[in-house]
Amino acid sequence: MKLTGAEIFLECLKREGVKTLFALPGGVVLKIFDILHQQKDVNVILTRHEQGAGHMAEGYAKATGKAGVCLVTSGPGMTNVITALADAYMDSVPLVCFSGQVPTSLIGNDAFQEADNIGLSRPCTKYNFLVKDVNDLAVTIKEAFYVATTGRPGPVLVDIPKDVSMNRTDFKYPGSVSIRGYNPTYDGNKWQIKQAAEAIMKARKPILYVGGGVIFSGASEELLELAELTHIPVDMTLMALGAFPGEHPLSMGMLGMHGTYWANMAMHYSDLVIAVGARFDDRVTGKVSEFCPQAKVIHIDIDPTSIRKNVNVDIPIVGDCKSVLRELVQILRATVNGDQKDLRKPWLDQIREWQRAHPLAYEQDPNGDIKPQHLIKRIYELTKDRDPIVATDVGQHQMWSAQYFKLAKPNRWLTSGGLGTMGFGFPAAMGAQAAFPGKLVLCIAGDGSFQMNTQELATAVVSKLPVKVFIVNNRFHGMVRQWQDLFYEGRYAASYLDKTPDFVKLAEAYGAVGLRASKMSEVDDVIREAMAVDKPVLIDVPVYQYENCYPMIPAGGCNHEMILTDPPELKKKQSAGAKVAGEDKDTVLTA
Amino acid sequence: MDHIISVIVENKFGVLSRVAGLFSGRGFNIESLSVAPTLDPSMSMMTIVTTGDDRIIEQIVKQLNKLIDVIKVVDLNESEFVERETALIKVHTKPEDRAEALRIADIFRASVVDSTPTTYTIEITGDTNKIEAIINLLQPLGIKELARTGRVAIAREPVRPAATQPKRVAKD
Ligand SMILES: Cc1cc2nc3c(=O)[nH]c(=O)nc-3n(C[C@H](O)[C@H](O)[C@H](O)COP(=O)(O)OP(=O)(O)OC[C@H]3O[C@@H](n4cnc5c(N)ncnc54)[C@H](O)[C@@H]3O)c2cc1C
Ligand SMILES: Cc1ncc(C[n+]2csc(CCOP(=O)(O)OP(=O)(O)O)c2C)c(N)n1
Ligand SMILES: [Mg+2]
Repeated sequence: MKLTGAEIFLECLKREGVKTLFALPGGVVLKIFDILHQQKDVNVILTRHEQGAGHMAEGYAKATGKAGVCLVTSGPGMTNVITALADAYMDSVPLVCFSGQVPTSLIGNDAFQEADNIGLSRPCTKYNFLVKDVNDLAVTIKEAFYVATTGRPGPVLVDIPKDVSMNRTDFKYPGSVSIRGYNPTYDGNKWQIKQAAEAIMKARKPILYVGGGVIFSGASEELLELAELTHIPVDMTLMALGAFPGEHPLSMGMLGMHGTYWANMAMHYSDLVIAVGARFDDRVTGKVSEFCPQAKVIHIDIDPTSIRKNVNVDIPIVGDCKSVLRELVQILRATVNGDQKDLRKPWLDQIREWQRAHPLAYEQDPNGDIKPQHLIKRIYELTKDRDPIVATDVGQHQMWSAQYFKLAKPNRWLTSGGLGTMGFGFPAAMGAQAAFPGKLVLCIAGDGSFQMNTQELATAVVSKLPVKVFIVNNRFHGMVRQWQDLFYEGRYAASYLDKTPDFVKLAEAYGAVGLRASKMSEVDDVIREAMAVDKPVLIDVPVYQYENCYPMIPAGGCNHEMILTDPPELKKKQSAGAKVAGEDKDTVLTA
Repeated sequence: MDHIISVIVENKFGVLSRVAGLFSGRGFNIESLSVAPTLDPSMSMMTIVTTGDDRIIEQIVKQLNKLIDVIKVVDLNESEFVERETALIKVHTKPEDRAEALRIADIFRASVVDSTPTTYTIEITGDTNKIEAIINLLQPLGIKELARTGRVAIAREPVRPAATQPKRVAKD
């Protein structure tokens, strides 16, 4: 029997095991929506903005390790989802985005709601397809899932003109596809792996620098084995949190611009950096010319372009983390003898000393304001038994969450690292919740960021996604204000958020639950209360406004030269300013 | 130094913009680019001339390889290669200059492919130096239009050392 393009679309999703589709309709995709409306296999979540659909698909993908899928209409639907595609591209999130297109006969005619979807998405997708003939639809969808989820994962766009969704053809789904220009390398070069093992055996001050690749690859077990076998401490990037158990004695927490003092010192003074699925981002390397001056570098990455892009590498290994680490562990197991722990002791002692000298710390506010770090730390402590999934927005609250959440397992951490997209957290949390309805899903949001995708409150309520969103409400674009404090003499240009809405009422207006903690003593209670509710909850927590996030390596600075607390002159200014902020906007703007 | 990279790609729409987008998006230089189908019509060959230090060239080669529509990338500078470019040069010729134009064409073994009472169109093929040289000589006469193909290049087939080559024995 011949099927329409729309029916083929649905059949393909079923074959790919897609359970959830985040979508928003429009003229050219109505045929597809009409078919979706008449079935039960794929749960369609109607979002209130296409950016939300994209981030939900990302959250779904990060939490499950499978491709997230979204569907948008032509023109403005497409342009709205671009931010999410760009975000997924930077963070290597497997995503398949379907966009509607004007009928093939009209393409290029400036037709109603036409946009060059292929041109628009080219620089922010791993690959994109325009389907011009319904006979190509099934194989194209198969290829799209294949490209999105293999090698270095990434977003793929499939652009479907209206007539293609209406035309009929015989349906045949290919069992597998191959693309001659696309052959990711999974197994590392054996000789290189042996070189790496030898370097590890020789090193005195080695450090594992692990990134998001470990999570995509599902290599956490192998990583744990390697670290424990060799007693090598583990630094994680923002994207790797959860790849190695955060409370493990060998975990150094996050490194980089807002990483821990000891993680950065260990990196700087190491003699061997073992980079695993990490891409030497400038937030991690700091000033490249002074990055790890004494270290040899081993770099394991599935994408050859990541290797030697920013930093010179002595032993490059192109391959999948899981496969390479497994082989490395095998070789090392045969060579390592019992004295690894003793051998490593001086190095680990040195790191502990750094840790004792400058632990993560903050002072409680003398006026009784809630410190953002306190709030985040308590959320972590009170929820960790439930093994929650945690999403964040972008800003100071994101960095504090990265510092204080010591996640035990991978795929629990949803954050926007490469693009740093404000507004990512809330929809991403909803995407994860859609994948795991019974799980506790938290979002640590900024008051600025949350307002970039507030509209999805409606989706959370209607689609019954009971995420718990904590707004770390400092009435500021806090991260911007921090830079202005440190580098622009405290001139708060456009960083003060005047007239922040009443988030409790806002939640209620949408039919969600709104809660607030205004005093230190209410923090624990509000967290417990929120967790007990089986509905979306928005928790507004006004916090001390002028807290800055440390340690901090100024952009382009050296990794061993961290700013650890506010400079003294800044402290004075803040205590003067704190009284007026919130009431008198002009005073703040000219402070 | 100029680097010549030869890239075999899928012969389908949009591939050129993917390659061009890669260069512009990452700030790599393109000195010249030429594209035409290969013997197998499902593939095209691009010859890209670019500049950059070793790290940049390494990134360019890797980034090209990463494009899904790219089937093969060869950095020709890694071995011996021959390169050629063709130019069509339309020269203004006053009556007293016509002989000079022909003489210059002759020196470079270029040919005249079109002629009017006031112009000659000269076709020249060679490496970049040769093309630049003839342009320099023709310029004083007045170049009206110039069309260059950009360089194409191909690796030289390695020559086996003499001892291993089969001996040819002359008959009679
Ligand atoms: C406000 C803000 C502050 C930030 N501060 C910090 C900070 O202090 N510290 C920090 O670390 N980051 C920070 N970031 C994030 C930073 O910008 C980068 O996103 C991050 O450092 C990149 O992480 P990664 O190296 O793990 O790479 P990812 O982006 O996770 O890339 C993964 C790498 O692994 C490879 N890979 C993928 N799959 C596999 C596989 N199967 N096998 C092998 N390799 C694979 C990929 O090719 C890629 O090279 C910050 C971001 C923001 C918005
Ligand atoms: C879409 C977008 N626009 C602008 C920025 C620049 N930016 C980075 S952090 C930040 C402030 C974030 O404020 P908020 O969400 O309140 O978090 P806070 O830093 O106060 O915790 C801004 C504006 C961004 N990252 N994303
Ligand atoms: Mg804020």
